[in-house]
Amino acid sequence: MSALNVEPNFDDGDAFYAALIDAHRDLSDVQSNTLNARLVLLLANHIGKGAVLRDALDKARQSIDEENAT
Amino acid sequence: MSSGRQNPVYAYRHSADQDAASPRHHTVVIVGAGPSGLTAAIALAECGIDSVVLDDNDTVSTGSRAICFAKRTLEIWDRLGCAGPMLEKGVVWQLGKVFFRDAQVYQFNLQPEGGHKMPAFINLQQYYVEEFLVDRIGQLPRVDLRWKNRVTRVESRAEGVRLEVETPEGRYPLSCDYLLAADGANSLVRESVGAVARGQEFHDQFLICDISMHADFPTERWFWFDPPFHPGHSVLLHRQPDNVWRVDFQIGADADAAKALRMENIRPRINAMLGADRTWDLEWASAYTFRCRKLDQLVHGRVLFIGDSAHQVSPFGARGANGAVQGVENLVWKLARVIRGGAPAALLSTYQAERQPAAAENLLHSTRATDFITPKSPISHVFRDSVLRLAKRYPFARALVNSGRLSSPCRYDDSPLNTADADRFAPLARPGSPCPDAAIAVGGKSGWLLELLGGSFVLLVAGPSVPGELRKIDDLKVLELDVDFTDAAGDVARRYDLVGGAAYLVRPDQHIAARWRSLDSAAVGRALRRALGCELKEVV
Repeated sequence: MSALNVEPNFDDGDAFYAALIDAHRDLSDVQSNTLNARLVLLLANHIGKGAVLRDALDKARQSIDEENAT
Repeated sequence: MSSGRQNPVYAYRHSADQDAASPRHHTVVIVGAGPSGLTAAIALAECGIDSVVLDDNDTVSTGSRAICFAKRTLEIWDRLGCAGPMLEKGVVWQLGKVFFRDAQVYQFNLQPEGGHKMPAFINLQQYYVEEFLVDRIGQLPRVDLRWKNRVTRVESRAEGVRLEVETPEGRYPLSCDYLLAADGANSLVRESVGAVARGQEFHDQFLICDISMHADFPTERWFWFDPPFHPGHSVLLHRQPDNVWRVDFQIGADADAAKALRMENIRPRINAMLGADRTWDLEWASAYTFRCRKLDQLVHGRVLFIGDSAHQVSPFGARGANGAVQGVENLVWKLARVIRGGAPAALLSTYQAERQPAAAENLLHSTRATDFITPKSPISHVFRDSVLRLAKRYPFARALVNSGRLSSPCRYDDSPLNTADADRFAPLARPGSPCPDAAIAVGGKSGWLLELLGGSFVLLVAGPSVPGELRKIDDLKVLELDVDFTDAAGDVARRYDLVGGAAYLVRPDQHIAARWRSLDSAAVGRALRRALGCELKEVV
């Protein structure tokens, strides 16, 4: 599989979201930025496949570019 | 405690060419006597081709400059009869350590498997390398090496190249069939033919200090990111012969290089690193920035670009001089055969086809390492530091730490000179790859497979019998397993799968052209013609 799975895939999405916000609790912006970076690296290694990661990067960047365009 | 090293000075000599009534003509002229130009002259001489080498200076490199020489480069120099003194003088190293702030993040070991004549790397100052190459040239009457001969003008025409040379006794003209431009990063030849090197310029400045000391540091490559003694920047420490150590400080884009080079500023920097109680002497210091750039075309008519004039990289990864020597090795056997009439001129176009991807690969790795070492934005800094933090704990992140991806030999996988595999083989020694070395025995004495390969094409066969017509082909040497050599340690079987009638066709530069499970004279003939460029379209 070379495409990023964007269909619903969480076994418990609400719990993940709460845990994500909780992980940033009491952190400064700088620390939050660092946490996000480390999270990206850990998850990227878990995914591993270059094509999937590339697709994720493209989709994330595209969504920013689209917002800027409107 | 200074190493006491003094560079040799080579005398300017008057050439009869300077008295000629009309410009003297030579087959090959090489501009520049650095590692590329000197290696090219030696390799051409080994092929029976005369050359004239012109250099504007009268000595070897000032300062250590390139210091890391890779296994493949040493194998090439060994083939050319000059690796002996380099190995004797050089420092063998294989362990690298990476530090972030005050702690070691991880270490790597480059120790190759056994059964290779050459080590993974040696460290040796460029001035020694050049001196040993000049010494080798002294044994080769085919090389006319002219010091204090500065090329001032180059004119490339369809039928040949004309140049003007300035000497202490005045100017003289020359002409040649082929010009090898080995005149470095600021190549005059490149400018003269209107070639443009394109790529990226980096603004970060670095300060190299070669210091001599009697230290008890182990012979390892140490790389620091953001160490306490030099916060916010990187530092590299690497050992060279003569108890000389290379210390390379990143000093940033805004640093005042002239000020950084003053001894009163170098001393506290190094003392902060080594401790004030160590005694050391400064051998050489230099501040530099660098570019990663290359030519899109390495061949411009009869002008062929080699070394830094063709491609320039950052120092991280030891890809400059190593890439250069491997490029020269790729070019010379082709040029020699075109000159001797054993191959069509189109063969020269494969120097571009094979080495352009190699140059691009070196440039890519070198640029990526530079971006990791000197992050360009706040977020890339955050990611870089995060990788280093995670690397201490998690092995996956170590793969992302990039203090220079060290030079490894290029495989010409997509070369038009390869004959694709029709039979099943292990991928290691596939067509386009450099031949892996192997411990062998010749007449009961231990030796190395690479000592038997190169110079001409070689047909490496494992019985049962070699058709007589294959032994009559010019430029093809037959090498039979268990007749000419034995597989003393099983390396040949393991690395080549050379068993039961299998055969390999090996190019003069020790790269593999073709291989078969069983020997067929017609197939060998076709692969040989293909490897000589006979099936390429003629260049216009």
